[in-house]
Amino acid sequence: MSSYPKTTIIEATNTILRVHSIESLGTHDGPGIRTVVFLQGCKLKCVYCHNPDTIAMDGGEEYEIDALVDRVLKMKPYFGKRGGVTVSGGEPLLQSKSILPFFKRLKQEGIHTSIDTNGRILNHFTKELLDDYTDLVMLDIKHMTEEGYQALTGMRNKETTFNLAKYREASGKKMWLRYVLIPGLTNVPELLHAMGTYFKDYKTIERMEILPYHQLGAHKWEALGWEYPLKDARENTQEELQAAVAILKNYFKEVTLN
Amino acid sequence: MVKEQIKDGIWTKEVNVRNFILSHIRPYHGTADFLVGPSARTKKLWEACKAAMQEERENNGVRAIDTETISTVSAFDAGYIDRENEVIVGLQTDELLKRTMKPFGGFKVVQKALAERGLEPEQRLAELFSKHVKTHNDGVFSAYTPEIKKYRSLGILTGLPDNYARGRLIGDYRRVALYGISFLIQSKLKDLENLQSPMTDEVIRLREEVSDQIQALNEMIVLGEKYDLDLKRPARNAREAVQWTYMAYLAAVKEQDGAAMSLGNVSSFLDIFIEKDLEEGMLTEEEAQELIDQFVMKLRVVRHLRMAAYDDIFAGDPTWVTEVIGGMLNDGRTKVTKTSYRFLNTLYNLGPSPEPNLTVLWAESLPENFKAYCSKVAIATSSIQFENDDLMRNLRGSDDYGIACCVSHQDLGKSIQFFGARTNLAKTLLLALNEGRCEITGKQVVDGIAPLEEGYLDYEKVMANYKIASKAVAKVYNDTMNIIHYMHDKYYYERAQMALIDTNPAIDIAYGVAGLSILADSFSAIKHAKVLPVRNEEGLTVDFKIEGDFPKYGNDDDRVDTLAANAIADFNYELQQLPVYKNARPTLSVLTITSNVVYGKKTGATPDGRAMGVPFAPGANPMHGRDSHGAIASLNSVAKIRYEDALDGISNTFSIVPKSLGATETDRTDNLVAILDGYFSRNAQHVNINVLNKETLIDAMERPEEYPQLTIRVSGYAVNFTKLTREQQQEVITRSFHESM
Repeated sequence: MSSYPKTTIIEATNTILRVHSIESLGTHDGPGIRTVVFLQGCKLKCVYCHNPDTIAMDGGEEYEIDALVDRVLKMKPYFGKRGGVTVSGGEPLLQSKSILPFFKRLKQEGIHTSIDTNGRILNHFTKELLDDYTDLVMLDIKHMTEEGYQALTGMRNKETTFNLAKYREASGKKMWLRYVLIPGLTNVPELLHAMGTYFKDYKTIERMEILPYHQLGAHKWEALGWEYPLKDARENTQEELQAAVAILKNYFKEVTLN
Repeated sequence: MVKEQIKDGIWTKEVNVRNFILSHIRPYHGTADFLVGPSARTKKLWEACKAAMQEERENNGVRAIDTETISTVSAFDAGYIDRENEVIVGLQTDELLKRTMKPFGGFKVVQKALAERGLEPEQRLAELFSKHVKTHNDGVFSAYTPEIKKYRSLGILTGLPDNYARGRLIGDYRRVALYGISFLIQSKLKDLENLQSPMTDEVIRLREEVSDQIQALNEMIVLGEKYDLDLKRPARNAREAVQWTYMAYLAAVKEQDGAAMSLGNVSSFLDIFIEKDLEEGMLTEEEAQELIDQFVMKLRVVRHLRMAAYDDIFAGDPTWVTEVIGGMLNDGRTKVTKTSYRFLNTLYNLGPSPEPNLTVLWAESLPENFKAYCSKVAIATSSIQFENDDLMRNLRGSDDYGIACCVSHQDLGKSIQFFGARTNLAKTLLLALNEGRCEITGKQVVDGIAPLEEGYLDYEKVMANYKIASKAVAKVYNDTMNIIHYMHDKYYYERAQMALIDTNPAIDIAYGVAGLSILADSFSAIKHAKVLPVRNEEGLTVDFKIEGDFPKYGNDDDRVDTLAANAIADFNYELQQLPVYKNARPTLSVLTITSNVVYGKKTGATPDGRAMGVPFAPGANPMHGRDSHGAIASLNSVAKIRYEDALDGISNTFSIVPKSLGATETDRTDNLVAILDGYFSRNAQHVNINVLNKETLIDAMERPEEYPQLTIRVSGYAVNFTKLTREQQQEVITRSFHESM
């Protein structure tokens, strides 16, 4: 992305968001056409990450909330009835405190808001953000087993993610689940059944979204001088994708391939 | 029409098609479910056409040429594709896809086009035109100044209609169907009668023009007779309405070979006849679709004789049979009718195609069903373009208009335009940096430009020099246009089209520019970064060293987008100051067709970092690869070029891979509707939509025979991808494909 616009760094952190990049025609991160704000920084290092350049906590570009809102307002005419703004990352909830005033402004403008998260943070700010200003949570269910979760993300305690799901369910507000499908690693019938069984009674889950694994992010790992961990992984075949959809359809009212 | 079905009105007393439409149109808000596939006859006929087009491709792009006849309205006997299956008849000649000589634009061009095919014009004609008959081209060159010739040869002015027909005039072809030719002749005779003393230049010229128009109308009657059609009287049913309208259009393309020979807005007019016949049980839906399919088929086989050099500028053998579809009436009703759908349905029934150039007039309050259908068709075929009806209707006042060529508004039957190709703004900037010399040849072009100091370019000084250069370019451009249109009227007057337009119509003179994104990014680099020119021993710029980053056009960043918008406003201002032939109104377009490639070739390295010879972005598009904030940001940048400053139109070509529009077909359809709603709500004027995978295009380059109908939108029109030169194909593939994932 270009290094413009450069904004003055202001010390009060809650009026600044550390942004990796902005996609003005987001069509795969929530309903309709969305401005997707990719935030910088993530505590996980998922082996399939297709935006590894968003992982580092430093870097990115500092945006004042006002500048960001201005940018979004220019995109607003394109949102139609369904679109809006998604913050993704990186892990956006790391910057919950700053997303709060951003989303507050967006809600004042009548704009649909969504957060794409791994769900590992649930604090006072996150709760206010999710309950009061976030129309849709897209929660990334990395893996259904603890070992698998750790192998994929480098972190322990998959339950933190599930706790956020429980919290969202209790709030009664909308949620999509997302699941990166990798042949042999996550595209395993038992795991899919396990996920379905775990979440089947959730009423707030509108959609189960499958993200078929692709290698399009591999070159970014190389650019960072990192070894790409999934060099030997392959993409799902059409049959494998359809088989996964078929399993999940037993549990969720809407299953989509993204 | 049957008498009792006709509602009386102004239209019965005078030639006024709009009034007829207003009182009879049946807006349609429903879905596309009523549409049907092609009839057996249509299928047979289209197979024959496809076979002929295959022969054409195999024969290096030309199937047959007549070298003996000057093509006029009544020249040639009747021609058929397969008479028993033809519901709508009429070809330009007696044979499908045969090209003809229209020598009044310029005989040398005709000779050259023939010579390239190893042919010669019939000897007596050759002698006549080389010794006795003066053409438009002869006229222009007898008046051109050395200065104009220099601008032409250096590529500052390119694609001028000085050796072929100017085109861009839209006859109101509906008039023949609604009134019959006898009524139209009577009306023109009345006009002639009213052109009275004193016999000034203007009155004399107009009297001669109207007399020529009447002659053309009489020849149209003869043309009809060759096909056993009585065009003297109005059409009596739907089939006749389509047939009569087509005959009027055919008369135009038999006699004129303008780059753009557009159709106007016939769909919703024809719908009135079709709906009436359907209601009275005279026609079935299958037959209604058959009429439109076969009409459109005829429009797809219009051909002109061109020389190879023409292809550099207007690639892919285009004819710009532009038909607008949809839009709104000033009274708030929509112009969308079932026949709007029937026209778009031809892209399924006959497959995708560049022609006719189907142009949807988009308005916020178009029926939602229609919006969704247009979106679906655009995604499936990449064959339609969209233009902002709210913007044009409000700014121009007219709700009965057509689009000439790509983006040029024309009040149907009330106004015309004088086409003028374009000038190269990027090269104009280089004149400013090189003391008025051409950066490639070193030839002095503009006087009075001071040398710049050594070192980094100073924004204010560059702008001062650029102002002098652009003023000089505007002046020479204006001189050139005045000469061209004076001579065109004198030697190649469009009598058949003008016969179907009000006597003494309003005229827009249409200037154009190329290289807008290069200019804006160059200004931005000079202003926001440090730019050091690298000069050769003659002191001419050969390269530019850029230190630091700078905002680039295409990212919705006002710091550079304003520079682009202002450059257009300023150049338009310069043009407005100059005297124009026939008191036409100066208008400006930001449109390149495919000439962005040839313009790039003739332009040295530019301060934005573009290397010498690299193609420009087409039309008002941001430069390839410089829009890094996604497609919407790019659209927003283009939307900032004000239509008021470029009333001839602002073209934007938007290419996207299907997946980037959304995950499912429904998502894609909805999202494209939202994109169009959003883009036009920001007062943008035009967008081409391509929804294609890059891989498809690359494969089509390698195996063209597999993709005979692969259609893509380029600046303002559509082409058959396999008919582009390899260089142009490469350029299209390099161009920004928006593919966010």
